[in-house]
Amino acid sequence: MTSTSTERKYYLPEGLPAPAPHIDDLGKEFWDGTREHELRVQFCESCQEFQWGPEWICYRCHSFDTLTYRTVEPRGTIFSWERVWYPTHPALQMGVPYLVALVELPHAGNIRMVGNLLGDPEQEVVIGSAVDAVFEDHDDSDPQYTLVHWRTV
Amino acid sequence: MADTKRTIRGKVAIAGIGETTYYKRGQAPDPEFKLVLEAVIRASEDAGIDPREIDGFASFSNDRNSPERIATALGIPEYRFSNMFWGGGGGGGSGAIANAVAAVAAGYSDVAVAYRGLAQGQFGRFGQGPRVNTVPGDGAFTVPYGVMSPAQTFAMRTRRFMHEHGARQEALRAISLASYRHAQFNPRAVMYGRELDAEAYDNSRWIVEPFHLFDCCMENDGAAALIVVSAERARDLKQKPAYVLAAAQGSAFRQGAAAHNAPDYATSNFKTLVPHLYDMAGVGPKDVDVLQSYENFTGGVLMSMVEHGFCAPDEVNEFFTLENFSAPDGKLPLNTSGGNLAECYMHGLELITEAVRQIRGTSTCQVPRVDISMVTSGPMVQPVSDLILANEPS
Repeated sequence: MTSTSTERKYYLPEGLPAPAPHIDDLGKEFWDGTREHELRVQFCESCQEFQWGPEWICYRCHSFDTLTYRTVEPRGTIFSWERVWYPTHPALQMGVPYLVALVELPHAGNIRMVGNLLGDPEQEVVIGSAVDAVFEDHDDSDPQYTLVHWRTV
Repeated sequence: MADTKRTIRGKVAIAGIGETTYYKRGQAPDPEFKLVLEAVIRASEDAGIDPREIDGFASFSNDRNSPERIATALGIPEYRFSNMFWGGGGGGGSGAIANAVAAVAAGYSDVAVAYRGLAQGQFGRFGQGPRVNTVPGDGAFTVPYGVMSPAQTFAMRTRRFMHEHGARQEALRAISLASYRHAQFNPRAVMYGRELDAEAYDNSRWIVEPFHLFDCCMENDGAAALIVVSAERARDLKQKPAYVLAAAQGSAFRQGAAAHNAPDYATSNFKTLVPHLYDMAGVGPKDVDVLQSYENFTGGVLMSMVEHGFCAPDEVNEFFTLENFSAPDGKLPLNTSGGNLAECYMHGLELITEAVRQIRGTSTCQVPRVDISMVTSGPMVQPVSDLILANEPS
């Protein structure tokens, strides 16, 4: 029997790649935000609309300058999900099964985020369920980073 | 009436097909480039064309075997067209044909070859995640959460489609069973002699829900090539021409948005392409006699067939049956060589050689009367592509 997530320091075993912004720093604001346990996503001040994933330009008005980041409430609803059984990385050998949720943020223009769904990996998952974000700090990693997971309310 | 509509319809044909033996992943006895040369030569021989006549090259999915190296190796005196279809995965199978077709129709090439080679033992696998310390960019939003393989990327789209339309696991199963059934008639198939029934499918392990093992394509070694010439030239060659009625690529609004943010999510990404395709071909889904639909995963076939109009989204549980998909007399024989699931994962180019065989009447699961033979390439990637072949140019 493999170790369960509750016995581990993190939801998934250690050894997976750490997230980083694009090589041109696109998306840095988001990852910096997670370190402060905030969800910062792109928002166009001109269009008054959200946009995600990160890009250098607003796809609606084509402005480079009015595209900023806005901190949004770290909650949403499950839009889709998957339970992974086959480990595609050596670090995951002892980490399956695990759950991934695609979470929609209705209060932020229905943008979506991918994260792990905490709790029993064999739990029944219901699309539409309300979830809260859980920030998982990897302070002993170099570079340090924080992942955004989800937990049903 | 003057031909005022810009179209390739009926102007070009596939005149030759060539394949190496298909191997399990890592088991090809030859290097990838040698496999490609073998496929190109076999396709030329099949067409009855000296390979030195090839003057155009088209491939996809970042194929490693460059036109320059092929042309040099074969002593080709000149080539006038070389082209790589953007995007990974199998989205460029029909797209590579489309690019070769466009080159021939426009006069950039007289004899174009579309090809793909894969030797994963030599170059590593698709279905594994990256071995790096950090993952920058779009991957940062998925890989640290254990979403790094194609199966993990596409299971979530499939799950959403199944949720929205009440599609059952049995719909996915029917696709897999049809491929395996057809492969039992095809000695080229890697899964020839390896039957699959519903019980074995149900009992197979999950890779990532809702995909069982048998919902996922294989990984294989080998190479395939197709010779594309003008319709006039094709008529004078060895084989019955497979005329191209339509060949097209496309991608819809913001399908590439990172972290699974495509606004229309539960889609195989064919919705915008399909109207152009059928308009170009002058046929519709009811005219299609046999279909090869790219199966990276069965969920992609499910959505592809709906988006191409073969079935309404809320009728998939009734339409997706082994009986309907079985050659020779199912309602719509599907993946009649065994395809990516059971013949060979040649990134879907083997689906196109099979579509040509259906026009010629030489498939190991031949459908009795084939006027229209269709291929869909690369569901859920960006861009995707399609091909419609016919036994007459118009």
